[in-house]
Amino acid sequence: MHEDPGTPLATMNILYKVGARDESPDKTGFAHLFEHLMFGGSINIPDYDEPLQMAGGDNNAWTNNDVTNYYLTLPADNLETGFWLESDRMLNLAFSEKSLEVQRNVVIEEFKQRYLNQPYGDVWLLLRPLAYKVHPYQWATIGKEISHVENASMGDVKDFFNRFYCPDNAILVVAGNVKAEKVFELSEHWFGGIQRSVAERKPYPVEPEQTERRELTVERDIPFDSIYRAYHTCSRLDAEFYSVDLLTDIMNRGRSSRMFHSLVKEKNLFSEVNTYMTADFDKGLLIIEGKLVKGVSMKNAEAAIDEELEKLRTGIIKDEEVEKVINKVESTMEFSEMDLADRALNLAIAEYMGDVELVNTEMKLYQSVTGKEIQEQANKIFRDSNCSTLYYLSKERSN
Amino acid sequence: MQHTLDRKNPPELKQIEKIFIPKAEKHTLDNGIPIYVVNAGFQDLVKVDLIFSNLSYDPSEPLLSSATNRMMAEGTAKHSALQLADLIDYYGAFYSTEESPDYCSVNLFTLNKHLSKTLPTLREILTEAVFPESDLATFILNNQQRIVVANEKVNSIARNKFNEIIFGADHPYGHISTKEDYAALKRDSLRDYHRRQYVSEHCSIIVSGKVSPQTLKEINTHLGDTGWSRSNGQVAQIPAVKTKAERRYREEKEGAIQSAIRIGKKMFTRSHEDYPGMAVLNTLFGGYFGSRLMSNIREDKGYTYGIGSAVVSMKDHGYFFISTEVGSNVADAALEEIYKEMDLLRTELVENEELETVRNYMLGSFIKNLETAFHIADRFKSIHMSGLDYSYYDKYLQKLRTIGPDEIQSLAKKYLDPDTMTELVVGPK
Repeated sequence: MHEDPGTPLATMNILYKVGARDESPDKTGFAHLFEHLMFGGSINIPDYDEPLQMAGGDNNAWTNNDVTNYYLTLPADNLETGFWLESDRMLNLAFSEKSLEVQRNVVIEEFKQRYLNQPYGDVWLLLRPLAYKVHPYQWATIGKEISHVENASMGDVKDFFNRFYCPDNAILVVAGNVKAEKVFELSEHWFGGIQRSVAERKPYPVEPEQTERRELTVERDIPFDSIYRAYHTCSRLDAEFYSVDLLTDIMNRGRSSRMFHSLVKEKNLFSEVNTYMTADFDKGLLIIEGKLVKGVSMKNAEAAIDEELEKLRTGIIKDEEVEKVINKVESTMEFSEMDLADRALNLAIAEYMGDVELVNTEMKLYQSVTGKEIQEQANKIFRDSNCSTLYYLSKERSN
Repeated sequence: MQHTLDRKNPPELKQIEKIFIPKAEKHTLDNGIPIYVVNAGFQDLVKVDLIFSNLSYDPSEPLLSSATNRMMAEGTAKHSALQLADLIDYYGAFYSTEESPDYCSVNLFTLNKHLSKTLPTLREILTEAVFPESDLATFILNNQQRIVVANEKVNSIARNKFNEIIFGADHPYGHISTKEDYAALKRDSLRDYHRRQYVSEHCSIIVSGKVSPQTLKEINTHLGDTGWSRSNGQVAQIPAVKTKAERRYREEKEGAIQSAIRIGKKMFTRSHEDYPGMAVLNTLFGGYFGSRLMSNIREDKGYTYGIGSAVVSMKDHGYFFISTEVGSNVADAALEEIYKEMDLLRTELVENEELETVRNYMLGSFIKNLETAFHIADRFKSIHMSGLDYSYYDKYLQKLRTIGPDEIQSLAKKYLDPDTMTELVVGPK
């Protein structure tokens, strides 16, 4: 609960500890499809959206590999409407056949719109199974293939609900112009009687250490060659997360960053380049991706990336460079706290990470990172045997 | 603790009675630049938004103003692009630009404690940009590649093509940027345009966040002098709008598995008396998740991941459009449903309950859109750039609270006639 007397609004954020990593390999895309079904009516309330809109509220949800997150914002006076809606769909869904059929179609169109009918859209469908051989991060949230979504049955839906949509698998954050006491009372009133889950949670398979370089080359009807490199790295929960995060910032955050300056501006090898972490709850990836300038050879492009990686491993990382990216994290955190809904989400994530205090203490963890630690991470991560490379080539050029 | 729990009926609702709109306060810098201040929030940060109305538009150099604005931070007499970026990045600040056919702006986002360190760089970019040849060459190259990638997307093709049909290729609202437009950019033209547009006489500022007298003093120190004052009196000459007469367009995108649909027409700006009513009609029709279009075409038929409509107001004109991407096999069925929904609004009165939902939803959104200092500044900016004052919001809220089914229907009859719409579908053969 976060009280903010300065706003007329209230936000409810419910994070369910379930994501694509909880799916079985032959039924992928399910956590996300399920998120859609959560709007198809609950046991006592035929329509989720209409009563919320009538209360002046708005809502949305998203799914990733680790979590499914639902949030709504409405005038603080009408907060109880949120409790009524959210508790009823945690209690039980309506499980309407019509809703399942329609949402299967909607998700299939989403699959097409975002992954198939976009240039470079299927990159993550290819890169994940290259980098992960055992862990469920090997498939994307949307699913491995459309057929998994097409084949989802009502039995699967009910089973998924019973296993994951229960109070002991959820984190509720309320923020806004409401008193904590009132919120705790409402929580008890609306959620208190809902049954806990009886399902047992199995540990996730651990991805074995990668021992040799992997690569995949595909040709697509796209205008420019691209390269995607995925290196295994730590999870969001690991102590070294902060060093790796700052490493990627030094490499690619903003126009003064190393990769942007060298590869895009100075050498004109790439039209775009990005470096970032996936920041997952299990061991994640550090991604380097770039679109080559027309006419540049992949060999030259890769050599330039490697040169930058070598500088990080053995060259000097100046104090000012570290200060710069820490300053950027500091202001980003400050800016991200302006929105009530963002503050609520940050609290929910911190709680899921195991310590809600992290919203206040993470900045210190960033501030304590040194250039030496960043360099250590560069050495640990940037090894050929730790890398999966996807060469995503333009058909017209190779023909 | 035992309560009787009524899960069937919604908890009692409170109506949104009063809406408080915090207003921007006008000050003036020493050199006459108007500065509008929105002081709100508890984070110790600030956004400085410098707005420059576009000076001129020449169809033979369509990218002149936008390229000048985007390129300004690519080097000055004193600093390279990298050094300028470093001077901003080191303090954790963000520099960004925004381009529209009507005006361009540059924004500085910073913690207050770094404002005095970052303002000198902002000033240098504004008045000492030199547009180095090599940076311009990179800019051209990368943007040309970006255009080629965008042209692979049915949605981008539809958006561009639709605006061209509605406003004409020679009008800044309708022009589609091409590789050739980028190739034609010349350093001298950019420098000349920069020298003419970025002067204190053409500048207005909106500053939002935690704004203290000290904040204003610092801004005045770095931007309030007459050193960048130069009156040159040129006024924008905008070519006339030329809407194409043909109503139905098909563009082929080989290999596409979804089709992008755009349907719409040229309309009025925010200052028109029907604008607030049209905003309500639009929300009901396609402007929110519970809209007629979403309920039918996504939630009932499952043809699409999303469909929406919008009323857009720019400085001189506005337009209305519906946009969606649907499976190509159901494109014709989707078109039919869209027109059916339009007709329904024209022939049948909307139920009170549905209108009430839209009303409450929009009132709630209005409050939400005043949440942070940046939101409040945006609300000011949209009326300011339309030449309106805060009385617009009084009228808007008044209309929102009082509009009834009859008026919705008469607006639909007036503006949502399918025969007046331009229809564009981009997809496979």
